[in-house]
Amino acid sequence: MSLDKSPPTGLDDTTWAELREIAARYPEKRSGLLPMLHLVQSVQGRVTPEAIEACAEVLGISAADVNGVATFYTMYKRKRVGDYHVGVCTNTLCAVLGGDLIFERLKDHLDVGNDETTAEVEGQHSITLEHVECNAACDYAPVMMVNWEFMDNQTPESAVQVVDDLRAGTEVHSTRGPRLGTWREAERVLAGFPDDRADEGPTAGPSSIAGLKIARDNGWTAPEADHGPQAIEQPQTREGAVAEADTSRAQSETVEESTK
Amino acid sequence: MTDTLTPVLTDNWDQERAWTLAAYEERGGYAALDKALAMQPADVITAVKESGLRGRGGAGFPTGMKWGFIPQDNPKPKYLVVNADESEPGTCKDVPLMMASPHTLVEGVIISSYAIRAHTAFIYVRGEVLHVVRRLQRAVQEAYLAGHLGKNIHGSGYDLDLIVHAGAGAYICGEETALLEGLEGRRGQPRLRPPFPAVAGLYASPTVINNVESIASVPSIIDNGAAWFASMGTEKSQGYGIFSLSGHVTRPGQYEAPLGITLRQLIDLAGGMREGHELKFWTPGGSSTPLLTPDHLDIPLDFEAVGAAGSMLGTRALQLFDETTCVVRAVLRWTEFYKHESCGKCTPCREGTWWLTQTLARLEKGQGSEADLDLLLDQCDNILGRSFCALADGATSPISSSIKYFRDEYLAHLAHGGCPFDPAASTAFPSTGAPVGADA
Repeated sequence: MSLDKSPPTGLDDTTWAELREIAARYPEKRSGLLPMLHLVQSVQGRVTPEAIEACAEVLGISAADVNGVATFYTMYKRKRVGDYHVGVCTNTLCAVLGGDLIFERLKDHLDVGNDETTAEVEGQHSITLEHVECNAACDYAPVMMVNWEFMDNQTPESAVQVVDDLRAGTEVHSTRGPRLGTWREAERVLAGFPDDRADEGPTAGPSSIAGLKIARDNGWTAPEADHGPQAIEQPQTREGAVAEADTSRAQSETVEESTK
Repeated sequence: MTDTLTPVLTDNWDQERAWTLAAYEERGGYAALDKALAMQPADVITAVKESGLRGRGGAGFPTGMKWGFIPQDNPKPKYLVVNADESEPGTCKDVPLMMASPHTLVEGVIISSYAIRAHTAFIYVRGEVLHVVRRLQRAVQEAYLAGHLGKNIHGSGYDLDLIVHAGAGAYICGEETALLEGLEGRRGQPRLRPPFPAVAGLYASPTVINNVESIASVPSIIDNGAAWFASMGTEKSQGYGIFSLSGHVTRPGQYEAPLGITLRQLIDLAGGMREGHELKFWTPGGSSTPLLTPDHLDIPLDFEAVGAAGSMLGTRALQLFDETTCVVRAVLRWTEFYKHESCGKCTPCREGTWWLTQTLARLEKGQGSEADLDLLLDQCDNILGRSFCALADGATSPISSSIKYFRDEYLAHLAHGGCPFDPAASTAFPSTGAPVGADA
């Protein structure tokens, strides 16, 4: 976990080779664009104009095409991201359970607004703060993400402790995952270059196994394989299936499909 | 009589290092794959059809029938794409599944790809869950090394490549055609249908797109038989599913049960609502499914009964809010989410979600008038069903349902000149120093 204060540099030969390697993973190379943009962020700390040109050249598309993609997805940043990206969920459930208060406290504590980075301080890591949408951990609300690792069941006080530790360089672990690396290291994993941390952290957090624990305590299991009755008759036609499907949209579209 | 909870997908989540191949094989993992490879692909499809498995990503379309739509006489390659872009507010089942037992999903991918005769498959996982991405990458690598993926799988002559693809932050990519756009390296904007993905999906080739939980259920169906799966659940909603409880409940978490369990049963299992409080409103399947109230506690949570109650089973994302929660605040926040996540392609959604937010924000501040409620409903009426995809439809759900059940609470904001609730009373931790509403 080294302090990374170097200015953005040009993309070196290694990065160019890795960009081509990503494109080659797919049946059609343009499919590599999302991971390629993750890769350039891991190298340069943001999506630079130079990186846009590089992706365009590797894929044989225009820089405008690449730019259109880079500006569509929220994980791609045009401003330089700090050593750590801290995201506080303020979608409804987390907000109600305290996410709003956590976000307010962190803005105040770090003296930044949404999507802003703390001032550079000698000997301290920098933090980019953002409020994020639902991160699929609602049973651990309120949730905070650090470099897209779960920090479950936060309070304003615990969140302040986390960012203080991050700034000071104290090792911090995800509550349901590994020790935290830098944001750039995280972006490299998302580009499809694994690190060695898959085996860190637990199988599941306590809420994930809340139901399983009750089942164990009561001796509840799924039925044995030979206990089932004969399969119940299933709809055999598209019309039959749509009549039973859940959304009106699925119904109308499938009817449309079946009649075309 | 089937037990109240039926752990199948969650059954190894309390096992040490369950994510490893060794742990998965120790409990019989990849045996279903052998069984499937000994069957004709069409017979695998038949088995999944007979099980009654319906899509676990929200829409509930029969999975086996979806597979049957793939035109096998089409000379183009066939593709399987797993939708692991779990982002619907409240939905939190696929992420713990992939973190705890990625091999369950990988085995499901191989069997499902074999069934539709695909030789390349993808897992499109949202980028914001780094440790899940890691565990998937590791599982795929292990599966290749063990001969479960790659050339001549288990000596069957069947070849499959599986690519883990991390997204980059876009709720809309949970919509299957927007997901395909993302996977093709484009902006995630939904496509007009037809053609449907089964005919012209990824790279304009026949493509099946299924939710994580749907695909992860396949090995158990092949292993135990279609009749076993169909023996659980209700008449038209068969099998088990993961129910995700969150919010003001004593023990939030994942509860795997036959479809048709009720929220009353689930809340009892979860230790009741938090002490001293009672349920006020809830979503049955994420924020895009219309809100329900305590009057609906005894509805069987299956596709039919929740639909008959005016909502949708969706992803079984049960977000529970107690009486301290302001429904107007909750709905405004969801609406801001839809506005933020609208891809901008269709005018009714792009502009409509913006206007909904304006109108709601005014009401939440206690400004505006009662006529704004009718304005909101009129806006919803002009948005619903008028875009390429269902995002904007979902945006109208919390608004129209909350006005239906909590009209008085909107009016109370007008009478009070602002929100009459104390937000500090709703937090999961004791909070002080928050502004307290005068009439709370």
